[in-house]
Amino acid sequence: MIAGHDRKRVEIYGCPMTTSTEPLTSVQMARFVAHGYLRMDAVVPQAMNDRAIEVLDAGIPEVPYGTPLDQAFPEGSFARELVRLPVVAGALASLVGPGPTVDHHAVHIREAENGTAQPLHGDAIIDVRPDAFDVQLMYYPHEVTADMGGTLSVPGSHLRRTNESDTGRYQNLRGQTRLTCPAGTVVLLHHGLWHGGRRNDSSVRRYMFKIRFNPTVPQVRLWDTGDLADPAVAAELRTQFPWYEHATGRLEIHNRILLWRALTGDATFDIDHWTTRVANRPAVGSDA
Amino acid sequence: MSTRQQVLVLYLATSALDAEVVGWSRYDGTGLTRPATGDSDEPPYATGVAALEDGWRLFQASQLIPPQPGHEYDTSFLKHEFFFEKLTAV
Repeated sequence: MIAGHDRKRVEIYGCPMTTSTEPLTSVQMARFVAHGYLRMDAVVPQAMNDRAIEVLDAGIPEVPYGTPLDQAFPEGSFARELVRLPVVAGALASLVGPGPTVDHHAVHIREAENGTAQPLHGDAIIDVRPDAFDVQLMYYPHEVTADMGGTLSVPGSHLRRTNESDTGRYQNLRGQTRLTCPAGTVVLLHHGLWHGGRRNDSSVRRYMFKIRFNPTVPQVRLWDTGDLADPAVAAELRTQFPWYEHATGRLEIHNRILLWRALTGDATFDIDHWTTRVANRPAVGSDA
Repeated sequence: MSTRQQVLVLYLATSALDAEVVGWSRYDGTGLTRPATGDSDEPPYATGVAALEDGWRLFQASQLIPPQPGHEYDTSFLKHEFFFEKLTAV
């Protein structure tokens, strides 16, 4: 979760939509690489939340796949205002870089006392890019309480190679997150994260607005890297989740190391020798 | 009087049946309950053996399959899946 002291306000130039942003830190990026999401509670001003339901009920015009973000939503529109909030714009710029394109967007509504839950799934199709990822923004305009069926997500599932709802057999995993949150919360998801809309047992309609972003630049050191050497980076990348099997949990660390290498451009990065050890193949006659 | 099958799927931390539960699903052929995705945060049993002790009958366990060459570091589905049943009179 982003706290106020984690933020640093800077100006990002070189993209068509120059704006004031608050970039992520290396520790926050490492947290995203480990968890597969970044949660930002109540970052959207209440005045916007108050307008949101009417806007979402009216519908947000579709945009063609791959529309540049700065052309996707008209000036003055709610969606444009949302993505230009400094904390949102900064997180997006850190994750997918300047000038991303909008893959698609959608308003998701879970009707009151709606008796079905989505199967656990990853969006789109299996997507195993080792050095690139899409980000999905989820915005919750009102408070989500426990009985409203807030989005289920599984921390640390985003690097699993599974296809869409083939994971539907899994109903519950230890350490899963059943979202409850204050109004104005934004969650940014790695495209691979297992998630699903839960059954809404309350008497209140639940709204969520989603936008998927595609990067248009290499996702290398796009954040505030001033704390890259902070030991908290490795600590974040070592995070284990209660649903991991013992052995596979170690592979998760290995695979995060590879992703961190891609994001930092540092091919030597390692944690506790996990990746170096299994790549060590001294040649005959070498001094290694 | 007839019988219906209730199914419990447990995902365990290792391939051992007495390993701790990391995931679980229920399917109820009696129609008396409506299990759903994301309906509980606490597993029904601590281990697979604890389910046996409560009367669940194991009828399928996932095989131990070596990784495909070149994919040793890939992660995908949960590996240690155990299916249990109870037959209930309705």
